Amino acid sequence: MSDLLDALAIALKSGLGFQAIFFALLAIGINVHFGYTGLLNFGQIAFAMLGGFGIAISVSKWGMPFWVGVVVGIVAAIVLALLLGLPTLRLRADYLAIVTIATAEGLRLLFRSVSATPVTNGTRGLSAFNQSFIALAPWDTQRRYAILGTSWSGGELWVATVGWILVALASLLVYQLMRSPWGRVLKAIREDEDAVRALGKNVYSYKMQALVLGAVFGALGGMVYAVGTGSAIPDQYQNANTFLAYAALILGGAARVLGPVVGSIILLFILQFADTGLRSLISNGIIPDTLLSSTDVAQIRFVLVGIGLMLLLVFRPQGIFGDRREVMLDAR
Amino acid sequence: MTHALTRAPEHGARTGPPRGRPPGRFRRLFARTAGRRSLVLAMLVAAFAMSVATLLPSGVASAEGERIVGTLQTSVSGPIPDVEVTVTTADGDEVDSATTDENGRFAIDLPDGAGDYTVGIDGDALPDGVTLGPQGDTRDVTVDTGRSQPVNFGLQDGTANSGGGNVRAVQLLVDGLRFGLIIAVCAVGLSLIFGTTGLTNFAHGELVTIGAIVAWYVNVQGGVPLIAATLIAMVVGAGVGALHELALWRPLRKRGTGLVAALVVSIGLSLLLRYLLQIIYGGFSNPYAEYQSQRAQSYGVFTLTNRALASIVIALVVLVLVALMLQKTKIGKAMRAVSDNRDLAASSGIDVNRVILIVWMMGGSLAALGGVLLGLSDQVQWDMGFRLLLLMFAGVTLGGLGTAYGALVGSVIIGVFVQMSTLVIPDDVKYVGGLLLLIVILVIRPQGILGSRARIG
Repeated sequence: MSDLLDALAIALKSGLGFQAIFFALLAIGINVHFGYTGLLNFGQIAFAMLGGFGIAISVSKWGMPFWVGVVVGIVAAIVLALLLGLPTLRLRADYLAIVTIATAEGLRLLFRSVSATPVTNGTRGLSAFNQSFIALAPWDTQRRYAILGTSWSGGELWVATVGWILVALASLLVYQLMRSPWGRVLKAIREDEDAVRALGKNVYSYKMQALVLGAVFGALGGMVYAVGTGSAIPDQYQNANTFLAYAALILGGAARVLGPVVGSIILLFILQFADTGLRSLISNGIIPDTLLSSTDVAQIRFVLVGIGLMLLLVFRPQGIFGDRREVMLDAR
Repeated sequence: MTHALTRAPEHGARTGPPRGRPPGRFRRLFARTAGRRSLVLAMLVAAFAMSVATLLPSGVASAEGERIVGTLQTSVSGPIPDVEVTVTTADGDEVDSATTDENGRFAIDLPDGAGDYTVGIDGDALPDGVTLGPQGDTRDVTVDTGRSQPVNFGLQDGTANSGGGNVRAVQLLVDGLRFGLIIAVCAVGLSLIFGTTGLTNFAHGELVTIGAIVAWYVNVQGGVPLIAATLIAMVVGAGVGALHELALWRPLRKRGTGLVAALVVSIGLSLLLRYLLQIIYGGFSNPYAEYQSQRAQSYGVFTLTNRALASIVIALVVLVLVALMLQKTKIGKAMRAVSDNRDLAASSGIDVNRVILIVWMMGGSLAALGGVLLGLSDQVQWDMGFRLLLLMFAGVTLGGLGTAYGALVGSVIIGVFVQMSTLVIPDDVKYVGGLLLLIVILVIRPQGILGSRARIG
């Protein structure tokens, strides 16, 4: 019973911690791309990596202040979005999908390569760039705080607080934008590109703006993750994370402002609960070691996400909050 | 510039095959093959079930105790047997010594556990032409608890500075040709599946991995010769392909699932299969049991191991057979017809679902073959197919998405480009070059070399 409570507490912390914020920001970006505009961006993690490394490289390699790093990360993400959008946004949806997934993988390989080591420190990555941010916390970051049966260090709490404020601001921005004429054009593009073009709108330009906006959210997510872990390692930014964010978005409901946020919290809670639960079942000998060893548990989360993604899309593509008529996935 | 998603919205046939009986010529064809088909299917399922059974019991590999391992080999000499390797502690006390086996490997257990050790080899025992690297005949290593610490002596055989008479560009061209042909074998199915169903199948890389891993289990754990194991893996691959189609994609087409939804489902399937494979097979990379200790033969301006040569020949033969099949046989023509215009094919009496099933089986078995060929050169890994997938997409897009021959041409170009690019960029970012080429192609000629303008939306 205490194991169960522990697992619940750990899962709750995970659902509220910086990882949930990371996925929420990624998913808000994907929501702008995919939920509202109908762009298939499968390389969201590339923007997050640029965001995280923007801070890491600026602070630890170039000795710049933290906030310059934030700007560098955002600018890098915008540049990448423009580069990706230029060739692909005129083409069919799956071309953008292939190019973004290729870019995300390619960039990660580039960042971890030996030739990039002078800048990114290769596979070992960069660290020690978040002190000046942590120092801004209005409370003592040295001691631990107990909230709802979970224990947080002061730094974690500060990153989570700032992160959730960011998520709230991003959601508010998306809410306002999607009620504006600009947002209605995006949704119209999702529904029927040709009709929008016939009305004299520059579809290409609107798609590009949406891509850039979502990329900035992705970059912010990557920054939260880098600051939360205190290190930026290329292999943290595996493209599987993009699909976790997709799972979060579709679980919560695409084309809904709070869909990605609620989806991320629930997804992280479920994954962490399954993770801790399985580990304790294995260590208690309830699941025999020959069937599943504790090193395999880390892989189980991706297996779960894979199954979940498939089941959701087949049986409930609108997720928890979504509107079936509005979700682009549905029978179109 | 029309939005293809709205024009051909559903994954698979918008109109199913005609309910009535197909006209004469086709009816005879079906009558003849129906019985055989179900038999083949039953065999495939049985073979798949058997292979799963052999996969399961060996999930856990472990290394207790500390040891030092390594392999002495160079590309010209091949593995070097019978060289004495000695391990001493940091203080100079000898721990143990061993000689390399016929694969050039050695492994020395460390009863004292973790710590600093010095590993030395007998430089005089090396064969002619092989010399020690600039760091000499000893290496200092730090062994962590519970770890098999690999040691690399960096032996030199004179090829590093192209002393062996081979021209590096030609060597890379030949290597690239081999790599490109392997990509092509894997990607034919991807392209045909896209052509016939419109599905961008992100789970195709896992078909490659499954093929390689099934062959590895049958070959290494089952002791079956690799050629037979490859054939088994291809049968299993065809079965897995058929399973994908029958258990997932056909029902989804019947539900009218959209192309985009199908794409995301394939990503979910890819994640599911990939990490299941990691759980079953583990995160290691392992070689096949045979053909590993081959010396590179010299062909004037380039060198090739016999297994690389065999890979090239096998891939070429298979691709020519596929091309002949597409061009000459009835089912091949039906595939091209469905690829070209599904509705017209259906209304002229082609059983579209049957053609799609055969495309899946063919794609699965070719992907399995490609996986084995790739495993032969790069060892078997749980994510080998996924890493190849992006290059497959690059090749297929370059050739023209959905065209049958485009996959062949594009993949070979990508393979050659990736290998040749190491002339100017470091080896560990060579895949990035291939992916960059993909983006450049989309800017210049989005329909690909053999594609038609109408397809790109």
